[in-house]
Amino acid sequence: MSDHEYTPKSKVGKWFNDRLPLLTLANHLTDYPTPKNLNYWWTFGGILTFCLITQIITGIVLGMHYVAHADLAFQSVEHIMRDVNYGWLIRYVHANGASMFFLAVYIHIFRSLYYGSYKSPREVIWIIGMLIYFLMMATAFMGYVLPWGQMSFWGATVITNLFSAIPLVGESITNWLWGGYSVDNPTLTRFFSLHYLFPFLILGLVVLHIWALHVPGNNNPIGIDIKKPSKDTVPFHPYIVIKDAFALLIFLLIFAFFVFFSPNILGHADNYIEANPLVTPAHIVPEWYLLPFYAILRSVPDKLLGVIAMFAAIFVLVILPWLDTSKVRSTVFRPIYKQFYWFLVADVLILGYVGAMPAEGLYLLIARVATAYYFAHFLIILPFLGLKEKTIPLPLSITEPVLGGSADMAMARNNSDFKEKL
Amino acid sequence: MSDPEKKKPNRRDFIVTATTAAGAVGVGAVVWPLVDQMNPDASVKALASTEVDISAVEPGQSITVLWRGKPVFIKRRTKEEIESARAVDLSELKHPEKDEDRAKNPEWLVMLGVCTHLGCVPLTDKGDYGAWFCPCHGSHYDTSGRIRKGPAPTNMEVPKYEFVNSNTIKIG
Repeated sequence: MSDHEYTPKSKVGKWFNDRLPLLTLANHLTDYPTPKNLNYWWTFGGILTFCLITQIITGIVLGMHYVAHADLAFQSVEHIMRDVNYGWLIRYVHANGASMFFLAVYIHIFRSLYYGSYKSPREVIWIIGMLIYFLMMATAFMGYVLPWGQMSFWGATVITNLFSAIPLVGESITNWLWGGYSVDNPTLTRFFSLHYLFPFLILGLVVLHIWALHVPGNNNPIGIDIKKPSKDTVPFHPYIVIKDAFALLIFLLIFAFFVFFSPNILGHADNYIEANPLVTPAHIVPEWYLLPFYAILRSVPDKLLGVIAMFAAIFVLVILPWLDTSKVRSTVFRPIYKQFYWFLVADVLILGYVGAMPAEGLYLLIARVATAYYFAHFLIILPFLGLKEKTIPLPLSITEPVLGGSADMAMARNNSDFKEKL
Repeated sequence: MSDPEKKKPNRRDFIVTATTAAGAVGVGAVVWPLVDQMNPDASVKALASTEVDISAVEPGQSITVLWRGKPVFIKRRTKEEIESARAVDLSELKHPEKDEDRAKNPEWLVMLGVCTHLGCVPLTDKGDYGAWFCPCHGSHYDTSGRIRKGPAPTNMEVPKYEFVNSNTIKIG
């Protein structure tokens, strides 16, 4: 892994490092050569690590006060909010932390889409990332069930019922998931157990994600291969550490705004009503970060096909490195793809919006068109565009366009593009 | 294995195969209890039946009771509702079932109040057929609880039940 041999200076350090090369690892992480043109969209990896650690710490603390039982869960959450010292703060950080985590992960994913970070040789990083994303959704969903409010209960009912769409074994599977014939106490206790476990699985995958990243090194805004270490790189510490820390501070301002000024704006009022298996709330909506997938589910009139479409929407992302046929990574040099990229961003936002609206009339029509476009983007546009598109010539190195001075129009355009990004 | 000539299986091949097979059985025996513990347990199964007093239900009224953690609709149907349910041509139905088979005693319709789409509880006396409507994803059911419009794949399920006497229904 390390690009050069490292020997600790002190005798004790050398003795230890010969037995467990932790200092070599630390040295690798500080010296790790990073492209010098990384912009602020590259700071979300660090922000996400922060989010994961925050969720784990606040979650462990909440677990000390929460009671996973259908009769007591709702009360225990209120107990945390009213009685436990700083319980309100810890719970609000945990609940809003989930939203902040997803906000950051969506930016991180769309960063990859824009700069082609999923392309060779980084496919494995991308796939591990998608596994993390999938586990995040499962974890967030199970966490939302724990307060045992109306939205918790009915959200759990609707999502677990997705599995009943499977032919023949669907009912057995849902009964197995529930531990009964409906969402009830056994469901709550197992969700609590798994909600506690999954973040640690995510943590393990994050280690693999970073390990896989450190093999080819970071992609960069112009998406060309660079020699490392070279004139095109800077050491991770202190350059990237400081940049990441600054971005994290800005991110924390937004985080703190939600926690202290509108802690419930991202939730649903219905979840402050205790779960009632006899009454379904008039309008069930998942948390905002799942809305695009929910819209895809509802846009298909057939139950089984709707469920398949929803899972397929995630799966097309997993196989994305092989769907995008373009050899050029960065969208900066792909003028036509750049437009389709923004269409996709708009499409996902539209799906999110209609996912929150009732599934009828015009909303349903829009959801169907947006769903069709979502799949068309990945399955038709990307494979064909990669073969047909005429891309802008790539610079030879990162240093070249930065130093400028070239009369080449393409270079000049690249330069202005960078200023936008920065 | 890469040997182009076909090798006769020797003692070692036998041991490898036998060990793998025994190992697979062992793994299965360990994994199954871990999987099966999640299935409905004895205490959940023990709550399998419920008796309901229906003497106070007037024609046109409907009550909801809880059975196995799920709502059950018990509807005393009016003459018009029975007629409209029985008049439907089976070819119009997504999940063709005769009303006679769903309600043995035509006045009483007993069924799980669970939308067959994704498990929400439909609202009574709502929707295009004046019977049940699921607010979650817009499924419309008729006066026999049959799916008529929307994403639900099947009619609402009729559980096993019997009339213990003219005032009591035993579900389950």
